[in-house]
Amino acid sequence: MPEPLLEVRDLTVHFPTEDGLVKAVDGVSFTVQPGETLGVVGESGSGKSVTFLTVMGLTSSGSAIIEGEVLFQGQDLLKLPKDEMRTIRGSKISMIFQDPMTSLHPFYKVGYQIGEAIRTHQKVSKNEAHDQAVEMLKRVGISRPDERAKQYPHEFSGGMRQRAMIAMALSLNPDLLIADEPTTALDVTVQAQILDLIDRLKDEFNAAVVMITHDLGVVAEHCDDIQVMYAGRAVEFGDARDIYYDAHHPYTWGLLRSIARLDSSGRERLEPIQGLPPSLIFVPPGCPFHPRCPYVFDKCRTDVPALIPADGHHASACHLSLADKERIFHEEVMVRT
Amino acid sequence: MGRYLVRRLLWVALVLLIITVITFLIFFVMPPTDPAVVFAGKQPTKETIAEVRRQFGLDKPIYEQMGLFIWHLFKGDAYGWPGLGFSFNTRSPLKPIIMSRLWVTVQLALGAAVVWLALGIPIGILSALRPRSLFDRLAMGFALIGVSAPVFFLGPVFLYVFWFKLRIAPSSGYFPISQFGIVPWFQHFIMPWVVLALLYAAFYARMTRANLIETMGQDYIRTARAKGLSERRVVLRHGLRAGLTPLVTMFGLDLGALLGGAFITETVFNLPGIGNYAIRSAYSGDLYAILDVTLIAGFFITFANLAVDIVYAFLDPRVRYS
Repeated sequence: MPEPLLEVRDLTVHFPTEDGLVKAVDGVSFTVQPGETLGVVGESGSGKSVTFLTVMGLTSSGSAIIEGEVLFQGQDLLKLPKDEMRTIRGSKISMIFQDPMTSLHPFYKVGYQIGEAIRTHQKVSKNEAHDQAVEMLKRVGISRPDERAKQYPHEFSGGMRQRAMIAMALSLNPDLLIADEPTTALDVTVQAQILDLIDRLKDEFNAAVVMITHDLGVVAEHCDDIQVMYAGRAVEFGDARDIYYDAHHPYTWGLLRSIARLDSSGRERLEPIQGLPPSLIFVPPGCPFHPRCPYVFDKCRTDVPALIPADGHHASACHLSLADKERIFHEEVMVRT
Repeated sequence: MGRYLVRRLLWVALVLLIITVITFLIFFVMPPTDPAVVFAGKQPTKETIAEVRRQFGLDKPIYEQMGLFIWHLFKGDAYGWPGLGFSFNTRSPLKPIIMSRLWVTVQLALGAAVVWLALGIPIGILSALRPRSLFDRLAMGFALIGVSAPVFFLGPVFLYVFWFKLRIAPSSGYFPISQFGIVPWFQHFIMPWVVLALLYAAFYARMTRANLIETMGQDYIRTARAKGLSERRVVLRHGLRAGLTPLVTMFGLDLGALLGGAFITETVFNLPGIGNYAIRSAYSGDLYAILDVTLIAGFFITFANLAVDIVYAFLDPRVRYS
């Protein structure tokens, strides 16, 4: 096995607030291999965005308590001085965000904003940076890129702005691209284009991708591995096949049941997961999912389940026996999906 | 842009015309005092009053007076262009009086603007970058005091403390730079500048803070950080650019309003500015003087509005005129 590109070990991110300690991320470990695509799935507040903002060193609150290790190419990013972290951010790891409408500065031309990223990390002239920016716009499929580079973000459509963000993120040929719900704010027709674009460019630029989403449908065809997060923890990890055809965690089952399908009989209703995501201040004892879990038993209310591998790669954090998990999945979940 | 500008200028002309008509109606049709009586001397006879009325042109019908005033404004009168009329008070042309007083107000307003920008914006920026820090709390505390302390209170307090008690500031009054040199001019202006500026500085500090805090929470600031920009560049190039632009509107309008006369400051510090003159003219019923100062205030405010809109189009690419 080659050295992982990114290895996160037992990461916790806690925010002290007036109401109490918000445990946004509570002991998460995972790896990203060079060139792979990792999907991170979970509801709002499951800690998926905070995990990767922490990897980027962009945790918004200065008072956040961060523990654990974030090893990127063997280097612990959490221990890096700010200046060195800045040289990695944007050049070796870059990130695109959920809402392309607000992610670009409204007062600067798109080409300038991309060029600014280039000039931050490379000693090139303004003109060279601009030329590179135009070239990047072309590569993300924007027509008439030289004209477009001289326009302001408000002259771009939502999909084009996300393309521009991708152009900016890839302009320094990063090893890792973090896409935080890159399609959530876009029209459905544009969503597929953007996902295909990321897929294509990932190979062209030879980058690994982390795709953060709340939509299991999105990650299915675009991700190698999938990590399901709940209440600041990883509850299931496996490759796309494991998650779709052999899911082991009741929360994942819930997510699978709530995907809308065109080929289902039509009279069938979507089954939402009952209840609400837990407060991150008062996380339920034992398994954090137990108040919403239909298969809950005594142990779930007291013991925190560990993320235990079932067969090498595929792991889940649930007290049910492996036999039960497979039985329930095939009898109750698979039937629907 | 050209068409837009012409249209806006026509609007300005219309607004100024309406201001003129309204002022005319207030002071000529229903004057608080009859200027002819006031200026006819002690215990005037009916004949004297009638003679004064004739000399002042008050015996003509109102529309003729109004028309003549506007005509003179554009074409100039016996005292040159623009024709601002003559003062009943001194029986001399108003143009030199208005111009010299306007110059005093301009010095006061511009000096104060420099002071309040230099105080308010940096304080607001520092507060915004460290919200809820000790500096922020102190600064916003002072801002609250500044916002709540009116000039007619602050002015006398400053004079009492710095001139009467401490003797480190000169008394009030206007000392033109051309006559007395730069040092006495500056010494006499510094207190009015500061007193007038404090109120604005407090407002600007609070506005800057609020705008910048909001801007720094925007997604595009996170994008700028994600690019690996230095925090310095994030704040200066990305934060301030968006956070300070709205202040342009406020500044233009505030300065425009002040150029029309800083009534209280001029009065407290004995500065012969246009606001001070407006008050005196209103008391004595010096009709053309009142018209002139009202028009000048209206002119500055409408032009400030226009200037702000034009400048804003250059600063914010999302705003374009057609």
